[in-house]
Amino acid sequence: MAAAGIYTIGGSFWEFGEPDWENTRYFMMFGVAEDHDSNPIKMGLGKLKTKGQAKFVSVNPVRTGYSAIADEWVGIRPGSDGLFVMALIHELLRSGKVDLEFLVRYTNAHWLVRHAPGTAEHGLFVRGDDDQPLAFDRKSGEVVDASRTDIDPAMRGRFTAPVSADNSSGGDAVPAFELLLERYLDSRYSPDTVAPQTGIDAETIRRIAGELAHAAFEQEITLDIPWTDWAGRKHDKMVGRPVSMHAMRGISAHSNGFQTCRAIHILQMLLGSIDCPGGFRYKPPFPRPAPPGPKPAGKADQVSPGKPMAGPPLGFVTAPEDLLVDDDGKALRIDKAYSWDAPIAAHGMMHTVIRNAWAGDPYPIDVLFMFMANMSWNSSMNTTETIDMLTDTDPETGEYKIPKIIYSDAFQSEMVAYADLILPDTTYLERWDCISLLDRPICDADGPADAIRQPVVTPDRDVRPFQEVLIELGVRLGLPAFTKDDGTAKFPGGYPDYLANHERTPGIGPLAGWRGENQDSHGRGAANPNQLERYVENGCFWKDEFTPGQRYYKHANRDYLNHAAEMGWIGSADQIVLQLYSEPMQRFKLAAQGFGAVQPPEHYRDRIAETFDPLPVWYAPFEDSYTDPNAYPIHALTQRPMAIYHSWGSQNTWLRQIHGWNKLYMNRKTAEGHGLTDGDKVRVESPYGSIGAVISLMEGCNTDTVWTWNAIGKKKGAWNLSKDAPESNKGFLLNHLITDLLPPKDGYRFANTDPITGQAAWFDLRVRVIKDDSVELGDGSKSAMPRAPGVEPAKKRSRYGAQFLPEGDWRRKRGGDSS
Amino acid sequence: MHPAYSVIFFTTASGAGYGLLIWLALLAAAGNVVPNPVSGIALFVLALGLITAGLLSSTFHLGHPERAWRAMSQWRSSWLSREGVAAVITYGPALLFALGWIVFESTGGIWLYAGLAAGVMALVTVACTGMIYASLRAIPRWTDATVVPVYLAFALATGGALLVAIYSVFTPVPPHGIWPVVVVIIVAWALKLLYWRRIDNAAPVATAESATGLGHIGKVRLFEAPHTGENYIMREMGYRVARKHAVRLRRIALLVGGAVPVIAFAAAALFIGPITLVAALIGLIGVSIGVLTERWLFFAEAEHASMLYYGASDV
Amino acid sequence: MTSLPQQTGKPQLGLVIDLDICVGCHACAVNCKEWNTGGHSAPLTDEDPYGADPLGVWFNRIHTYEAGQGVEGRTVHFPRSCLHCEEPACVTVCPTGASYKREADGIVLVNADTCIGCKLCSWACPYGAREYDYTDGVMKKCTLCIDRIENQNIPEEQRVPACVSTCPASARHFGDLGDPNSEVSQLVAARDGYDLMPEMGMKPVNKYLPPRPEPASLASVSETAAPSPATEPGGTGSRFLDWVDRTLSR
Ligand SMILES: Nc1nc2c(c(=O)[nH]1)N[C@H]1C(S)=C(S)[C@@H](COP(=O)(O)OP(=O)(O)OC[C@H]3O[C@@H](n4cnc5c(=O)[nH]c(N)nc54)[C@H](O)[C@@H]3O)O[C@H]1N2
Ligand SMILES: Nc1nc2c(c(=O)[nH]1)N[C@H]1C(S)=C(S)[C@@H](COP(=O)(O)OP(=O)(O)OC[C@H]3O[C@@H](n4cnc5c(=O)[nH]c(N)nc54)[C@H](O)[C@@H]3O)O[C@H]1N2
Ligand code: SF4
Ligand code: SF4
Ligand code: SF4
Ligand code: SF4
Ligand code: SF4
Ligand SMILES: [Mo]
Repeated sequence: MAAAGIYTIGGSFWEFGEPDWENTRYFMMFGVAEDHDSNPIKMGLGKLKTKGQAKFVSVNPVRTGYSAIADEWVGIRPGSDGLFVMALIHELLRSGKVDLEFLVRYTNAHWLVRHAPGTAEHGLFVRGDDDQPLAFDRKSGEVVDASRTDIDPAMRGRFTAPVSADNSSGGDAVPAFELLLERYLDSRYSPDTVAPQTGIDAETIRRIAGELAHAAFEQEITLDIPWTDWAGRKHDKMVGRPVSMHAMRGISAHSNGFQTCRAIHILQMLLGSIDCPGGFRYKPPFPRPAPPGPKPAGKADQVSPGKPMAGPPLGFVTAPEDLLVDDDGKALRIDKAYSWDAPIAAHGMMHTVIRNAWAGDPYPIDVLFMFMANMSWNSSMNTTETIDMLTDTDPETGEYKIPKIIYSDAFQSEMVAYADLILPDTTYLERWDCISLLDRPICDADGPADAIRQPVVTPDRDVRPFQEVLIELGVRLGLPAFTKDDGTAKFPGGYPDYLANHERTPGIGPLAGWRGENQDSHGRGAANPNQLERYVENGCFWKDEFTPGQRYYKHANRDYLNHAAEMGWIGSADQIVLQLYSEPMQRFKLAAQGFGAVQPPEHYRDRIAETFDPLPVWYAPFEDSYTDPNAYPIHALTQRPMAIYHSWGSQNTWLRQIHGWNKLYMNRKTAEGHGLTDGDKVRVESPYGSIGAVISLMEGCNTDTVWTWNAIGKKKGAWNLSKDAPESNKGFLLNHLITDLLPPKDGYRFANTDPITGQAAWFDLRVRVIKDDSVELGDGSKSAMPRAPGVEPAKKRSRYGAQFLPEGDWRRKRGGDSS
Repeated sequence: MHPAYSVIFFTTASGAGYGLLIWLALLAAAGNVVPNPVSGIALFVLALGLITAGLLSSTFHLGHPERAWRAMSQWRSSWLSREGVAAVITYGPALLFALGWIVFESTGGIWLYAGLAAGVMALVTVACTGMIYASLRAIPRWTDATVVPVYLAFALATGGALLVAIYSVFTPVPPHGIWPVVVVIIVAWALKLLYWRRIDNAAPVATAESATGLGHIGKVRLFEAPHTGENYIMREMGYRVARKHAVRLRRIALLVGGAVPVIAFAAAALFIGPITLVAALIGLIGVSIGVLTERWLFFAEAEHASMLYYGASDV
Repeated sequence: MTSLPQQTGKPQLGLVIDLDICVGCHACAVNCKEWNTGGHSAPLTDEDPYGADPLGVWFNRIHTYEAGQGVEGRTVHFPRSCLHCEEPACVTVCPTGASYKREADGIVLVNADTCIGCKLCSWACPYGAREYDYTDGVMKKCTLCIDRIENQNIPEEQRVPACVSTCPASARHFGDLGDPNSEVSQLVAARDGYDLMPEMGMKPVNKYLPPRPEPASLASVSETAAPSPATEPGGTGSRFLDWVDRTLSR
């Protein structure tokens, strides 16, 4: 999700950007139930619908939550959004409803791409001696530096390309846009072709394309705000194409998510609605170069025992040379991120670690150290086997396959049961925390913000903030980041000390506000020992406002770019060119086709050649090609319940009253087809497992889809709930049915992820649903998980609030000692 | 509605007690009783005993029985309050009536007036009980015109059955003392049948569509209840008895509580002599079973409007 | 005194709930619980909180309905709390006077010190808005957050019900529905706000705003806007792509 955005527009949906709620006239939402931006989205939708001047279309197999209040619900078949979006693109191209000016100014649409099939340069940009991408200028009739502002670039046609830098190839050159025309005007992307695959009839697709075009071009809005573009040209107003889009895990949790998400960004670019009034807007610190510079560290020569790593463990790969693999192409990292399994795994691949550690692939480990992730349950695929792997022993030695597990949790989660050492953490109310710009935006698009949390409750049990534990470990291990030269602690004050005084690069620390000697510089500035006091005085937030002239076109807005560079968000104030055509994808494709120094092992070649495409392609979710669609005809999804946060809402009695157990929701017509009625008990089977569930019928659900609320099902005894709690006796966890590895192909089992980013394909799951009155509901485990040391038996009654009554009020005495 | 046993017992027991009181008043008025301590103690202890037991049991389901006295204060607007007031007032004349009957062995003069007052207050009290239910618009079927008459009729039926049964212990009751009871029993069941007929055919008063106001979009159905668990409203109002079950119970009630007593008492009236007592006792037991079943159904079959928010399609 | 106060012309405080934008997040229900468990009717007891049948007192509950069939239909999130009716049977049936309607502003409350827990008011309320607290043995209900709206110790802007202040979508509004010129009354008028179950005769003060059809501005477009083909098959060299060749400036 984020990767697709960052490689394409240098920003992303998710909580990295937002629709221009104020000005948009047409808002399309793809696959969002809640999002990280959950409250802002609710506020935005409320504003948008109250104003009543915009249309809100929700593309989602299920009509609940946000989709319930959409003006139009498009109940798409899971995994097919790419086709739907490409059909919209097809229609816009067919009708010439494209913002060419936007494309030539802000994207690489006019850049020349070398057409020299069978050479190492084919499909790469044609570059000049200074490595500058080139374009064909129709004024001078010459091939020139594509970034020049005085040219009239050709958007189609064939030109003879200057011989490539390394003389390897000459050949033709075509503008990237021509390749795009070729690709999407093809009838395989016409509404009529994709209708049966997406479950959306062609008429609807055409109409929506028409509405998009109408909103973008007929309802163009202008704000009378002067601004200066990257080339220093002044404009007296800001023109907006008021079409905005947002997408989330409905797109990214499929194995074709990266390309589908890129397709959506391309649709936005064609409509000219990136960071313009009424369009999608970046939140600072975005946009960043697409992609940003830093590469992931971790090559063999970059890691040596006792020494800090040469750079950050996460980064942005742009060519096979950047991969973290050995000479045989085998992964170097335990999660196989940045290997041929997932070359641009910008987030790492946490969900594969337990499997790899258990298998000793790529290498065995001594200790598995985890924090704040319920990895034996809802955040693992294939939960059943994962639990086996956590407890599996080596027959020879009798040792655990994963010798030692250290885990820090604040509650008695399912994972706690498998830890050799538990580090009981405080809750977020009992410690200092920091929500940093270095991590992700918590602001809106009009200015940066960051925040802290301060302790508001003193712990009543033997717990310790995990950050303190980490810092102390750092000192004990003598890590340079945490120790002075004399080996003593660099941050004796612990985490608060670290927050105020740690600097990533000179002048840049976790918190942007109130830096410098005079505590008055923001973004960049010397560490300020009193920084936290300033935050507390300001309600724990720091927020800054952009000047009106900085608020839009941030990717090409000089005032903004200069400001961003000063703040340290971007290295230089150069224009951020949007990548309609993605050269890094082509580099990997070429490698898979046998070009270049670093090439994938044989069994990777097809998959990389097929999926790494410089222009978005659609391929069926991998499950579909492994699993017989006739045997497993139904897609199975989960949705975030708005009232519960993953697994740990259940330790709160109020929230568990709202979602005490989960049902399997099914379209009424589909159910009738299965001879099922409301409340029936069913067996839900995937090729990888089977669970019991109670079904509930609904109208607003795609007919090929069933779904349930995420992470409601619990293990008996977990979260200190009673053995007979509905969570573990009626509810279920869909993860038992989701495989973490795809079936073997040429003897190798790929992870069940997007082949490009390694994003877990949670939603590729296919199942069949069978009526079974005798099926066992619940987690199936006979024995309840033991209560963790120091955990008290739960209360029989909660009288929380009685303590606020006046002394001597009769109600204080009711209900015995229960609160 | 959840059929709470305390409430069922209260309405039936006190109903019978008040019914008996009314019959005694009528006897006194008709002037053809020979009051004596023995029968008097038996009759009044039973009447006032049932009334008191009922009233007490009705306080069991209160969250704060110790505050029950407060329930008298709102007679201006609340039928429950009025019932309380009437019930308490009834004790006065009833005790006088008993005093005359048992101690002074008289039902004439002031004792008669006390008796009549007691009878009237008993009637009023039972009517109030009926009105508590009949006035609840949230339970449309209870607002049926037959509800109060049914309460009165069954009070008299059970009271009458008691009267005959008790008397038979001492002396065989003459036919003209039994036939009225038979008539009342028939009337009571006739009214009940009418009530059942009417609630079965009544047009719904409110629907899921009117409860949510979403009817203009289409048929409304509950997709998700607010909570996955139960709540107080669902427990109290959500009780539903299966149609088949209800029909069976109605038949039993009618047979055991109607047919059997009618035949038994008729027999008692026709063949005066030793069998009267047995017949009367059979009749009494029958009526009691009948009224308990009828009362249980009265609650169990009633649908509360609030259930429209929890999946009911109409009430 | 449970005979109803003379209300006409007096303020009628209540809520207006916009079903067109409620996303069903339950935030209002939870914040209601949070505030009121420490407020006028404290505590809002939870029985068996971590067991098989947790059962708590809540003043605000979020139902979800589906109206109509298939794509034509609509999913509607439906918050439900006391409607502070003008002629509330829950008040008139109360034998103790514990259930009362305030003369000054029409708010319907329960006096926990005089309630005998007979539950009759809950039988009388067609909306299922009464909440019996088994442990306290008294009836409880939405207080319209009297301890916020009249609270001199909190900032002016916070003197609204907890559910209103917390709703991220601003689907909840609070005000005087007795005054036809109040913002809420205007909103109700403009949006065809309606009463729940008027046939019950309780004259609810709270109003609901119905889901709206899509904005007319765009609905009109929908029919007309299927784009006219500028491009026909014939490859990217085709003259139908002339629009691509127009002069461009960077
Ligand atoms: N209340 C709450 N909020 C949360 C969380 C929580 O647990 N609870 N978790 C947080 C986290 S970690 C994350 S990652 C975010 C995730 O936030 P979301 O991205 O909203 O995650 P999901 O709830 O999985 O929603 C996925 C949506 O995509 C739809 N969908 C599934 N497949 C497809 C498809 O093929 N096409 C389309 N168009 N739609 C599809 C599903 O029906 C569902 O509505 O939420 C965050 N916010
Ligand atoms: N089927 C299915 N599976 C999914 C998803 C899905 O959509 N469908 N979504 C996936 C996604 S996007 C994500 S992000 C994962 C999330 O999965 P997890 O990351 O496992 O999310 P949680 O259940 O919130 O687990 C957080 C753990 O941290 C603990 N915790 C809470 N607060 C603290 C604290 O202050 N300190 C410490 N040390 N621990 C704390 C909680 O008790 C809990 O055990 O789930 C993934 N799994
Ligand atoms: S859980 Fe916290 S971060 Fe998430 S929406 Fe609620 S308040 Fe915001
Ligand atoms: S909604 Fe119910 S409880 Fe509230 S005032 Fe109306 S009748 Fe009374
Ligand atoms: S439960 Fe309390 S408030 Fe309700 S009617 Fe009885 S006494 Fe009145
Ligand atoms: S007004 Fe107050 S008590 Fe009533 S529902 Fe809202 S928050 Fe709850
Ligand atoms: S908080 Fe607002 S949006 Fe959420 S359920 Fe309540 S009314 Fe609906
Ligand atoms: Mo996530």
